[in-house]
Parts: sequence; C-alpha cells; structure tokens
Amino acid sequence: MKGEILIKNVKLVDGRGLHGRADVLIGEGRILSLSGGEAQTEMDATGMILSPGFFDPHAHLREPGQEVKEDLQSGLTAAARGGYTDVVSMPNTSPVVDSAEIVAALKKKAAQIGRARLHPAAALTQGQEGKALSEAHLLRAAGAIMLTDDGRTNEDAGVLAQGLLYAASWGLVVAVHAEDAGLRRSGVMNEGEVSFRLGLPGNTSYAESARIARDLEVVRYVLDRLTAKAPPDRLLHIQHLSTKRGLELIRQAKQEGLPVTTEVGPHHLTLTDEALNGLNPLYKVAPPLRTQRDVEALIEGLLDGSINCIGTDHAPHTADEKALDLLRAPFGIPSLEVCWPLLYTELVEKRGFPLEVLVARFTDGPRRILGLPPLHLEEGAEASLVLWDPNTQRPVELQTFASKARFSPWAGWALQGWPVCTWVEGRMVFGAMENEGVG
Amino acid sequence: MSETATPSFPKHLLDFRDWNRRQVESLLETAQMMQEVLARPVKKVPALTGFTVATVFFEPSTRTRISFELAARRMSADVVSFSGTTSSTVKGETYRDTLRTLDQMGIDAYILRTDAAGVPHQAHRWLRKPVINAGDGWRAHPTQALLDAFTLREKLGSLEGKKIAIVGDILHSRVARSNAELLPLLGATVVACGPATLLPGSLPGATLTTHLREALHEADAVMVLRLQKERMEKGLLPSLPEYIAAYQITHERLGWARPGAPLLHPGPMNRDVELEGTLADSPQSLVERQVANGQAVRMAVLYHVLVGKS
Repeated sequence: MKGEILIKNVKLVDGRGLHGRADVLIGEGRILSLSGGEAQTEMDATGMILSPGFFDPHAHLREPGQEVKEDLQSGLTAAARGGYTDVVSMPNTSPVVDSAEIVAALKKKAAQIGRARLHPAAALTQGQEGKALSEAHLLRAAGAIMLTDDGRTNEDAGVLAQGLLYAASWGLVVAVHAEDAGLRRSGVMNEGEVSFRLGLPGNTSYAESARIARDLEVVRYVLDRLTAKAPPDRLLHIQHLSTKRGLELIRQAKQEGLPVTTEVGPHHLTLTDEALNGLNPLYKVAPPLRTQRDVEALIEGLLDGSINCIGTDHAPHTADEKALDLLRAPFGIPSLEVCWPLLYTELVEKRGFPLEVLVARFTDGPRRILGLPPLHLEEGAEASLVLWDPNTQRPVELQTFASKARFSPWAGWALQGWPVCTWVEGRMVFGAMENEGVG
Repeated sequence: MSETATPSFPKHLLDFRDWNRRQVESLLETAQMMQEVLARPVKKVPALTGFTVATVFFEPSTRTRISFELAARRMSADVVSFSGTTSSTVKGETYRDTLRTLDQMGIDAYILRTDAAGVPHQAHRWLRKPVINAGDGWRAHPTQALLDAFTLREKLGSLEGKKIAIVGDILHSRVARSNAELLPLLGATVVACGPATLLPGSLPGATLTTHLREALHEADAVMVLRLQKERMEKGLLPSLPEYIAAYQITHERLGWARPGAPLLHPGPMNRDVELEGTLADSPQSLVERQVANGQAVRMAVLYHVLVGKS
C-alpha cells in the first residue's frame, strides 16, 4: 500500500497513553500503518511526538460581524498553528448564530479556508436573549454541535430547563457560562485580597459556584422530566470552570452520575489574580483569574477527570480595546496558538503532570462532551493529527501570531511543545515551514 | 528603593507601593518649605520655570484640579488642562490616544484623574513621563493622603503610635485606600469603619470594623468620608436616615475619641449626612486646613517628580 506521507521514527501519545516509536504512514485521509511503508514524501520526526489533533470546545472566532477582532481565516489558521484540527466557535457574534442559515454559511466558509475544521455552537435562545428557544433541530441539521448562550449568563432557570429538555431530545449538549449575574455585579476581577487592595470591583468566586449549584438542580429536574428510556450521558456542559468550590460541586454531581461535563481554560491553570497587581487590562477575563488555591484544585480536577477537557475560551479583541481602562476594556484572553505548549510546559515539564492525561484532555475529553468517538493512533483511524516538538524551547512571540489578537499574558514565556505540523484528514493545515507567511 | 540618608524618588506618584518612610518624610519636609513660600506676600518661586505640566481629568473635580494648577503656577511651571469625559473614551478615543496626542506637545508631567482604577499606571507605561495620580477610581488618591498626613502631623506631631479612624464608605474610597497605605508608613495605626456592605473584605494597613464606638475608641483623629447617594440606589444601604442614625459623626460621638481629637474630611462634604453640619465649623475641624495644605503638598510632589531631591 502506498501512502502520501511517512512520518518516521516518531513517538506516539494519544488519550490511551504512550505507545513508543512508530513510522506512521498516512494516505486517503487515514492512518494506513504504524510500521512504515512506501510514501510520496517522508519526514524524519526523531525526537518529536505525534498525537491526535486537538479539539477546542470553546473559542470565539468573532465571525460574523466582529471581524476587526478575529475572523474564520485568522482564527482557524491560529487554531491549526496551535495543533488544533477542530474548533467549536461560540455564537455570541453580530448577528448571533441562532439560525440554520448562519450555521451553514459558517461551515461552508470554513471548509473553503481549509485550516482547522469548524463546528459552530449555536445560541440556546433566539438572539441569546434568554427567552425564546432557538431551533435546535434545524440548527443541528445545519451542523451546529452545541447550544449555548455563552457571553451571557442564563439567568432564567425555567428557560434553561426547557432548553436542556428540548436540546436533549436532539442529542445536543447545552453549554453554560455559569456565573450568577447578581452576585458577580460589575466585577472586573476576582473578589479577594487583591481586588480589595486595588480598589477594583470584585466578582466573587461564589457567583460561579452558586450558579453551578442551581444548574445542577435544574439538571436533576430535567432528568425527571425526560421521557427517554435511557438518560443522556451528557446534557449540561459547564464552561471555563475557575473555582475550587465549583469543581467540588461538579465532582460530587459526577459521582452521583449526573450527565454533567466541564472544561478549564489555560489562563485559569497558569495565572492568578495577583497578575492584576500591575493594573493591566490584559488580564481582565470572565470568569476572572482566581487564586493559587483555585489553580491547584483545577489542576487536580484535570488530573482526576472531574474536568473533562481543556477549552481555550480564546477571546480575541483589538489592541485598542485592551488599552481601555480596567472598567471598560473587554473581557478575554486569546490562547489558541499557545495553549498546548503552555500547558505542556507548565503542567507536564514543570509539575510532572502525566502527558497522556493532558493529551486526553485535548482530544478524547472534548470529543466525548460533543458526542464524538475518541480518536486514537491506530491503523484505519482518521489522520487528523498534530506533530509537536517536546524539546525545543521558544518564547511566545506575538508577531508570529496568526490570530488578529496580538496580545498575550504569556508573551515572552519560554515554552516547549510547539506544534510542528497539523493534518486534517491527511491534509497538512499547518507546517512549521510556513511560519513566515501565515494566513 | 533602599532606605538611604538622601533618598532618591520614584519619578511618579501612582500610589505608595514603591515608597518608603524616608521618602515620605522627606517629601513632607519639602511640603513644609512650600508652606513657608505660600505664607509670603509674593507666593511664587522659579523652581519649575520651563516645565510644562498637564492636568488631564477624565472625571470632573474642580477642587483637586485648582489645587494642582495653583501648585504648579506658584512654582512657575506652565500649565495646560485637558477635560475628557468617560463618554468620549467609550466612543473610541482611548486614554492612550489622548495622552499620546498630548505627549507630542512636549508635556513634562501629567496629573491624571480618572473614574477607573489603574489608568495612571497604564499612562506611566505608555508615556514614560512623570505621572501624578490625582485619583483613580476607588483605588488611590495619594496627594490627598499626603495632605492628610501633613495636616495630622501639623496638629499631632509625630504619627508614631497614633490611631487614626476612617469612617464611611471604605469599599469605594480611594482616600481610605491611600491613607491605609501611607499612614502606617509613618507609624500610625488605621481603623476603617463603615456599614458591612461598604467595607472591603480586607484592607492592608488597616483593621476593619462595623462598630463605630470601637473605631473611635482612643482614636487620635477621625477622618470622615463622603457618602455617595448612589450607594442606596445600588442596594448597598437601606436609606440615608439609617446611615445617619448608625454612622453620622456627631459632636457626641466625636467624644468617643480622645479629647480634642481632630476631624478631617477630604471634601466635598455632605453636611448633616456623614457628619453633623456644625461639626465642620468647630475648632476640632481641620477641613479648611486640609485644603490649604493640599497646595503645599502638591507643590512638593511636583518638585520631587520633576527635579528630584532638593
């Protein structure tokens, strides 16, 4: 059997574990062999690691309507450069992604761009207004993979319950930005010693945990109401978990068997509210950066599986917007291009976090919450892959970003694990050789 | 900054995080000399001749602005003023654009007032020029704290071991925060007192209490803060009469402090809200003295950031 590319002498790591060296033959969009073969081109990948393509369940790509911040071209290129083969885009755009027409148009355009694959999330409610339900069936048929009013909070528990009930019947997971709007008030950073000292409006960690507690009760209610014989294995997905207490509630709910999943972002695993001491809106994000105690708990939760996956919450803005003051600058940190090397360096290299677990949280974890089968490195598997370099250390350089958002809390951090090549179904969508001319 | 006999100074005054006791004392000594200048028939010295200072206020404040502008003029600096509104920043002209535009006109130091915490720090990063914080959101108002310290020392002598009570809306007060940073540098202890909903969870440099009598007990001075009426609208306080009943500083309650304990207020006052109206005019009140001292302190600050150690 003749393949298109042979990746020689590469180490394999997927969500199941570490598998030693192989010569991976790719052709017809699949892995043809792990033991070599004839190919049109060969590459020597000695010292490098091959993993299934990363899957981001949470990114803001800003199209349609906010292309000044990011668009599909820049966002999906950034994703491919970050080792992602698949990205779920959030629907809080202008207009909101709440119709099958918009979902289909986004899918079509992303396919033409041909970088990472796009899986649009659609709004749970029309216009994300928290009132009338969106057309889950039609949205799903057009390619929506998730429903969420992310960007806003679901204040009305009744609407959320109906939304969950209805979405479940179409096999769609509902993702929530779990913050109680009343408790968080106008907070721009974590409420605590640092916010009190700086005199900045605080957003208490209890705004998150109180909302999670409520939403877990809503899930119990919905399970009671469901008429299906078997309860769904996934129903509610809690986005960008940031607190120790929120994690405890989710962990307990999972132990009780509730169909609840969650994600954590790279910023909540590597930064704390102490970053705000320099009074720089770069670190303004929602939910806010918390404390070291929360960071430690979240890493523990990522390890024990209470947290299913990494979601970047890639949130690009213009440099001018981030140069507003701390009250007016928008919330958000972009991270698609640095997420993997950042967490590989900070968790695996520095803390001894198990590599195969981190890979699982970038691959099988997000796939499971979206109802997709795991993707492992085996003969016949889809060749959506990332080749990355665990050894070479390189600083985060903003000018290399394909994302339009050329600001980062991690600028200058020396990281290892940078992606070298990304393939989607055997087609190269990023190769380090094209570093000079991205996008 | 190391503590040395001849301290060098930060070329800015953003807050007191990078100041030490020696620097503060030296600055207050300079303010003392400026006070003497202000007592002369001709209240002007040539110290800042040739320097141009800009007051850039994105939040209205006539009193602080006039105090700074007079301070600069009395030292022969040229002064220009920019008044922005927060609405103009929302509409797209960022603080950064405004400041960079001004910077092309050869400004030597900026006096900055904003409703948002941190803008003076941002400006300092953008401009690399001396920035004096004239109040940023709830965060800091360092020249107010300096004039408070100056006024307290004038009345009490050394602040070593003195207890200063600050009463009112601590949570939203840049004056309270700056005093909690500064007064302990001079040896004082600070007790901050207010309704539970208007206290932060913690405040470095101060102990916190909701009990007025406890706060005033053995206090050597009492600083009263302005109560913003919008606290009621935001659901943080039930009503003005409720606040007055529990926290208004009256002649009687001032008696809970040490005999003759002076009363300070950063202004502008809501007479008969946070303090009994006639108290402001009593011999114990240092309110007018604070305003007069503000000019001397601001002259000293301008001198230090522009020409350094005397």
